[in-house]
Amino acid sequence: MAGPGSDNNKFKRPQDTKGTIRRIVRYMGGYKLQLALVVVGIIISCLANVAGTYMLRPIINDFIVPLIGQEMPDLSRFIGILMVLGMIYLAGIGGMYLFNRLMINVSTGTLLRIRKELFDHMQRLPIGYFDSRTHGEIMSCYTNDIDAMRELLSQGFPQLVNSTLRVTAIFVMMMVLSPLLTVITVAVLILMMFVVKLLTTKSGKYFKMRQSALGKANGYIEEMIEGQKVVKVFCHEDTVKKDFDALNEDVRVSTATANSWAMVMMPIMGNLSHLHYAITATVGAVMAIGGVLPAAEALGIITAFLQYCRQFSMPITQLSQQFNSAMSALAGAERMFKLLDAEPEADEGRVTLVHAGYDGEKLVETSERTGIWAWKCPNADGSCTLVQVRGDVRLNNVTFSYDGEKTVLHDVSLYARPGEKIAFVGSTGAGKTTITNLINRFYDVNEGEITYDGIPVTDIKKDDLRRSLAMVLQDTHLFTGTVKENIRYGKLDATDEEIIAAAKLANAHFFISHLPQGYDTVLTADGANLSQGQRQLLAIARAAVADPPVLILDEATSSIDTRTEALIEKGMDSLMAGRTVFVIAHRLSTVRNSNAIMVLENGRIIERGDHDELIAEKGKYYQLYMGMFELS
Amino acid sequence: MFKIFVKYSKGYRLYAILASLTIMLEVLLEVYIPYIMKDVVNIGISTGDMGIVIQKGVLMVLVALLSLFFGITSARFAVLASTGFAKNVRKALFDKVQSFSFKNVDNFSTASLITRLTTDVTNMQQSFQMCIRMLIRSPVMLVASTVMANKVSGEMGQIFAIAIPVLAISMGAISVSVYPRFRVMLKRFDNMNAQIQENLTAIRVVKAFVRHEYEIEQFNEAAEDVTKAQVKAEKLLVLNNPVSQLVMYSCMIATCWIGGNAIIGGSMLAGDLMSFISYISQILSSVMMLTMIFVNLILSRASAKRVGEVLSEVIDISDADADPSLLVGDGSIEFEDVSFSYSGQGDNLTLKNVNLRIAPGETIGIIGGTGSAKTTLVQLIPRLYDVYDGTVKVGGRDVRSYTLQNLRSAVSVVLQKNVLFSGSIAENLRWGDMEATEAEIKEAAQAAQAHEFIESFPDGYQTELGQGGVNVSGGQKQRLCIARALLKKPKIIILDDSTSAVDTATDAKIRSAFREKLADTTTIIIAQRIASVMDADRIIVMNDGEIDGIGTHEELMQTNKIYKEVYSSQQKGVA
Repeated sequence: MAGPGSDNNKFKRPQDTKGTIRRIVRYMGGYKLQLALVVVGIIISCLANVAGTYMLRPIINDFIVPLIGQEMPDLSRFIGILMVLGMIYLAGIGGMYLFNRLMINVSTGTLLRIRKELFDHMQRLPIGYFDSRTHGEIMSCYTNDIDAMRELLSQGFPQLVNSTLRVTAIFVMMMVLSPLLTVITVAVLILMMFVVKLLTTKSGKYFKMRQSALGKANGYIEEMIEGQKVVKVFCHEDTVKKDFDALNEDVRVSTATANSWAMVMMPIMGNLSHLHYAITATVGAVMAIGGVLPAAEALGIITAFLQYCRQFSMPITQLSQQFNSAMSALAGAERMFKLLDAEPEADEGRVTLVHAGYDGEKLVETSERTGIWAWKCPNADGSCTLVQVRGDVRLNNVTFSYDGEKTVLHDVSLYARPGEKIAFVGSTGAGKTTITNLINRFYDVNEGEITYDGIPVTDIKKDDLRRSLAMVLQDTHLFTGTVKENIRYGKLDATDEEIIAAAKLANAHFFISHLPQGYDTVLTADGANLSQGQRQLLAIARAAVADPPVLILDEATSSIDTRTEALIEKGMDSLMAGRTVFVIAHRLSTVRNSNAIMVLENGRIIERGDHDELIAEKGKYYQLYMGMFELS
Repeated sequence: MFKIFVKYSKGYRLYAILASLTIMLEVLLEVYIPYIMKDVVNIGISTGDMGIVIQKGVLMVLVALLSLFFGITSARFAVLASTGFAKNVRKALFDKVQSFSFKNVDNFSTASLITRLTTDVTNMQQSFQMCIRMLIRSPVMLVASTVMANKVSGEMGQIFAIAIPVLAISMGAISVSVYPRFRVMLKRFDNMNAQIQENLTAIRVVKAFVRHEYEIEQFNEAAEDVTKAQVKAEKLLVLNNPVSQLVMYSCMIATCWIGGNAIIGGSMLAGDLMSFISYISQILSSVMMLTMIFVNLILSRASAKRVGEVLSEVIDISDADADPSLLVGDGSIEFEDVSFSYSGQGDNLTLKNVNLRIAPGETIGIIGGTGSAKTTLVQLIPRLYDVYDGTVKVGGRDVRSYTLQNLRSAVSVVLQKNVLFSGSIAENLRWGDMEATEAEIKEAAQAAQAHEFIESFPDGYQTELGQGGVNVSGGQKQRLCIARALLKKPKIIILDDSTSAVDTATDAKIRSAFREKLADTTTIIIAQRIASVMDADRIIVMNDGEIDGIGTHEELMQTNKIYKEVYSSQQKGVA
């Protein structure tokens, strides 16, 4: 699942290590008891391990050596000490299982919480957040960053604790066994640290080079696979292959260099430990012969010490490896927290949308759907005023810019009376879609005001505002699920009859009934098994089932051929009847029968009026319209 | 998986072999150290012979240093072999995709192909690296240590006869039962990610319909499913450690008991026990390592499988029956009883029994509703797909008799979903003809009505286009794509709804340029707008995979109901 850019994140360092750790710890807050038990488990397993090895000394020195040569050795004490050893080992195993098992609960539980929060928060972010980032960027929070976090929690954290404890404990035991032999250990330890530092610096440097080579190659792969069909149409396969070969070789060379520095760590550390073993054995023997070690004790001490030598390098290697992945996990956590800290959509609106009905002359709130909607406006004294939703939308001197630099809409004013059809015409980038983005508050105006039935849209709760508008977009997004579920998206409690009626209205019923499983056909990967036109029909059905007072059609029929469009026109007409409709269309035939057509250019309305008026005006609209029939 | 390893390590096999050899040497030397140590204790300490101690000590240090040397070289060789392997796999995949037909491309989604070429290859490289190092190291270590341990003491060696099978079987049992649980987990994981992805692409719909709470609920369910599966799998996996420790510690106690008794009885020396204890950890850790590798290999098998799917995809269009010397003679096109099906099955035909003759230099318009198979029809001409039944002829010959290279250089298609690449405008246009002169490029751009806007950019033809041609508008992009196709100087040019985003006046100019400059080129125009095709020599009306009518605009207006409907749908309110 990881995208091609994923590797790039691996070698970033966190900016605020302490703060990030503190925050992660806070997420694990619900598991305080379990975490305490985990630490206890680690300590037990660690101590048992070290103690078990230390036991070799008394076993050899006190229980075996004195018995050598005895005719009838008394083995009961020997058995006893072995039993003790067995108990220690069992305690160690118990401790280890305890912390491993509990850590699963802690790590999966914490991850679940983070995942839920990420998704929950993501849903509350403004559209601008998604427009200013690639999907891959956001996606990698859920995949790479969470994955790094999982490793940190389930392996990194216990290993860090465990390794540190073990190194310390082993070191202490070595001191107890023989301070002189420990000197060798210190020397080896310094050497190991030096090696780790050298290797990580070197590999870090080359990993950056590797990342850039890999980035280039992956970028090329992405581009050529996206454009694969074009490559084939132009028979460019061989050229493309040749270009790729060069990039691929760069990746190989740089990866080989970077990985070599990283990979030699294991054998070097392992063999340093063997060297340590060899020197310790020799020096130990020399000390035994020289009488530095008491003769009776020598064998036991050397055995135990040598065993510690073997156990010493493992946690150090682990520590150095864990340090790196812990750092990258923290960097990933920082990215996740950034998403969690992103400002959610502001919503200071207090006006809500309710079902309403008439009790005589008076508008009252009802609990069921009545076909009549009302705005419920709270008054200062706590009472509420109901205003019937009619679909009166006005833009008063609206100016807007996405980035604060380039103004997209200049001083736009317009007025849609209830039930009117308002069309926007103009070239790409003229600001047509922007206007609809402002009406449903995907973005907020910089200057001016938009009112809905006389209420400023900023006073209406966003969810309720959007519930009162249905949008059909050019890029129809369908969800994985059945056709029925996709239409039902417009109204979650819609009955099958309502769905079929909506599909018929959108002229989608015919093709749906021809699908293998009809309304229960499962659509996959953004509805890839349907044509673009069919998907638009489904999107229209989805809006129809929502049954809102205001409808926004943003190039909703652009992929439907004109003949089919003519066929669904009746349906569209009944869909639009009684609603205020905003239509954006490239095709002028779609907008011809609108009550008012706004011609937009560079964010300004340059012409407005109905079709006949605009034609009579002989302005831009006239030119556009005539351009279409220039040849006829 | 191993087959893939062997096959794609070509050219780097020597490194793989050297890596294996040096690892073996490293392991053997490592294993030798405790054996020498035994003499230090047994002979050195007990006899007090300093000379032996020093001599053996130096030997041990030398062995350790040598082992260090081999360790480093083996790591280097393993890296060289694995990166070379990754390079080969990547190349094989990329080349394979280049040989794909359209149908093959359709079988995979773009995103999944990219993942296969990037993440999956990296995963495989890592498992390859691990394989050559660990998969050799552990068994050699296992065998050598067992041999040495037995050499130290045959009696104690018997402990391993029980311990190794017990450990191997229990570890194996855990791994085998963990695997299906992990598969369930990964599948749910994919599910959850797909849901996130969908929410990202459709965020506007989610917000417009105020469905965030519904989506959050759905997501929470998916996330909890993942967590449950994860706990279930890991719960089993964590048994690995206690089980292996249990076996190892039992061995320690057994060794102490048997060895202790032997020493007491005088049949063994203390040094033997000491070196034997060293071997215990070596043997058991290599068994553990082996099982861990297997678990990892099983998990990374998913990547290998995904890569394997691409590599084993059967290419359905090839030059097998082609005559390499044959060139397309003229721009005539014939369809003889052509049927076509995307699924390759006769019961689901997209095109049914199409018969059609187009003369060289003719201009043909194609009109038809959504899903009427207009695109399908023209895609058969440059053999982007193969017919299910019947024959498509270009220049009087079956398209299958030309090589794809020769056929496609004569037939230029401007696809509906078109793509520009990163690079300058000139570089992009040169895709049509690598050797095109600047004058030729300009000429093509002029015909496609692209010259003017290109010149309006500060850098003109050298303007850099971002990936996917992001910094030009939709209509400009379409015009660049047309210019690129024109540079091929084809005998047949097909415009598949290629001017949908171009304004009508410019669209008309493009067509008149085509008429003037490309009079000898067969031109096929698929369009939604009647205006785009009404001046064609003939117009084909497609309906539901069949030709509903062919004729001039005037003829069709008289005879064809669909055509008339399409026309009137675009004319309403004009008169």
